[in-house]
Amino acid sequence: MIIDDLIEIAERERAAQKKHVVRCCMAAGCMSSNSKGVKERLDQAVKEAGLAEEVEVRGVGCMKLCCQGPLVQIDSKAESEGATVRLEARGQGPLYLKVKPEEAPSLIGSIKGGQTPVGRGDPNHPFFTGQKPIVLANSGYVDPERIESYIAAEGYQGLHDVLREMTPKEVIDALIKSGLRGRGGAGYPTGLKWATVAKTANRQKYVICNADEGDPGAFMDRSVLESDPHSVLEGMAVAAYAVGASQGFIYVRAEYPLAISRLQIAIRQAKQHGLLGSGVFESPFSFNIDLRIGAGAFVCGEETALMASVEGKRGTPRPRPPFPAESGLWDCPTLINNVETFANVPSIIRKGADWFASIGTEKSKGTKVFALAGKITNTGLIEVPMGTPLRHIVETMGGGAPDGGKIKAVQTGGPSGGCIPAEALDTPVDYDSLTKLGSIMGSGGMIVMDESTRMVDVARFFMEFCMDESCGKCIPCRAGTVQMHHLLAKILERKATVRDLAKLEELCDMVRHTSLCGLGQTAPNPVLSTLRFFRKEYTDLLVEDTFGPKEKTCG
Amino acid sequence: MIATQLAKRQNRLPGILEHASGDKRFKILEAHMKKYQFKQDALIEVLHKAQELFGCLEDDLLLFVAYKLKLPASRVYGVATFYHFFTLKPQGRHTCVICMGTACYVKGADQVLAAVEAKAKIKAGETTPDKQLSLLTARCIGACGIAPAAVYDGVVTPRQTPESALEHVKGWLGDDH
Repeated sequence: MIIDDLIEIAERERAAQKKHVVRCCMAAGCMSSNSKGVKERLDQAVKEAGLAEEVEVRGVGCMKLCCQGPLVQIDSKAESEGATVRLEARGQGPLYLKVKPEEAPSLIGSIKGGQTPVGRGDPNHPFFTGQKPIVLANSGYVDPERIESYIAAEGYQGLHDVLREMTPKEVIDALIKSGLRGRGGAGYPTGLKWATVAKTANRQKYVICNADEGDPGAFMDRSVLESDPHSVLEGMAVAAYAVGASQGFIYVRAEYPLAISRLQIAIRQAKQHGLLGSGVFESPFSFNIDLRIGAGAFVCGEETALMASVEGKRGTPRPRPPFPAESGLWDCPTLINNVETFANVPSIIRKGADWFASIGTEKSKGTKVFALAGKITNTGLIEVPMGTPLRHIVETMGGGAPDGGKIKAVQTGGPSGGCIPAEALDTPVDYDSLTKLGSIMGSGGMIVMDESTRMVDVARFFMEFCMDESCGKCIPCRAGTVQMHHLLAKILERKATVRDLAKLEELCDMVRHTSLCGLGQTAPNPVLSTLRFFRKEYTDLLVEDTFGPKEKTCG
Repeated sequence: MIATQLAKRQNRLPGILEHASGDKRFKILEAHMKKYQFKQDALIEVLHKAQELFGCLEDDLLLFVAYKLKLPASRVYGVATFYHFFTLKPQGRHTCVICMGTACYVKGADQVLAAVEAKAKIKAGETTPDKQLSLLTARCIGACGIAPAAVYDGVVTPRQTPESALEHVKGWLGDDH
């Protein structure tokens, strides 16, 4: 593969594009509502109508508005526009919601001016127009199972430029300049991490993509892997070149079978095209990627536990330092980044660090993908610039709580995060503002809760989660989460007193400061943040302290 | 349990290997290990395959894997019990997995689960006595946009209610339910 081949594939793919493109969402959300059946019937309907020459039915990745799936959108190019649908005109065609297989013929008929009874969505709704897609730029447009489709969307050109025209140091400098921070939750500057790994002298280094998206309520990484797997592979290859690694691993959850199969297809295709393997783009650079399938342990999202799991061991964390960048997988320097972080890289390389740095806030650059779910009208995937006020996301884009309900809180960061009360909805969403509110950005799950949600119950729910998922290596987390769960259950049963609440707070502080890894250190966050903003809900459940210390008897 | 097995390991292994030689599934499993060059770090991949072939990871199977990968039985047993995805007990013919992720939970997944539990007269994580239905919960299947979600025999189904869930499992339960 040389650049001419890449351009040729892209041009052939663009030239083959038909006049009408019927895009049918084939990501896990819509698939569960039988979008596969819809696509089959659409294919059949095109054949029956004799429109195979001008209509293409394309299975694409996530089209974002998951609650209305299966989604189908028909883009047509105007006669005057020449060969290709202009990029900016994409996504403006009629959008159809909740499509059933038997409605396929009428949808195809509508291309030729027929009527269709299928409900229409508005592509100009703020839910779509408020988005700024970088990571999800290809999601919903390219066919995730065909590498040609990704190449036609300028895919792998960034990798070529990096290998041919940039030194590893220049790549790292570009990343530092872009201000990209880790999208897995902690927000460590990506460029600095790359530089640390690059500096080490070891011959053998590894690149790991953390796709163990364990936070309940988060599905951004799943969508990226299902919709645009090649962007992750390209990002990993750029990273490997920059740090000097030759072997990569993607650690993906077993709960995501579709993402696994699409990754397998993508890796195979990339190898066939000489974009992975030895001598990428006929340069001396070699890079292989293997998949590692998780087995359902939340703690494996923690980087040291994840590496233990890649090594085939129990996923238990170990103390840091040494950090993985110095001594990681099999004691070799290891670069470990989240799916979304890698997916940002190709765009940064292609469009430049300055372009990326111009988006977002001063300390949080670029965009962030959020999975909007819970008690909200428009559930689905959104990508917005950093610093977008939470209210804009939840009320304008998300459409507020359904059935006239009132939003009570927004939970971010999963079991490690916290609940942001409705009063604080004007907070801009970036790493630092959320930390100030006692929550975290996390990987991007955003769960909206309305008045019917009891906050103590939510805290108990997360504590139960952490209790079950604690790996048991360190005592504060193993025993502390159990005790905190007991206390929360006691409060909910209306058996707890003020002293129990005090004990709960004391335990929160202890577990937070003494646990070994992020799971334990952040496990008290949901309790602390609900206590901070919804303390009354706790105190309302407390009962009178009937016996003081003096009356306490043994037995 | 494993302690006694370790003591008996020397005696049990020939029997297991003999049994394995007559079972095609062990051959497939061994081929899979060969694909990974019998590397010890492929243990989790091998266990995934083993569970896919056998349905669950019984002791003999774990000892077989330990022997082939030259790993201590304790390490294999440790890994098999650490991860939620692996099960050491046989599952029922049908599985019903209720997602208990946050999005599903705030939309009433607990009520869906309670309804199925009451109907099947089993708790989450258990199998009906007639081995027809295993009721499981999941941490999050990433289908939060269509919450509450459930997985019936591997098929993800959106927007569950207690009624729709009971409708799904009805056929899998015996007459006494």
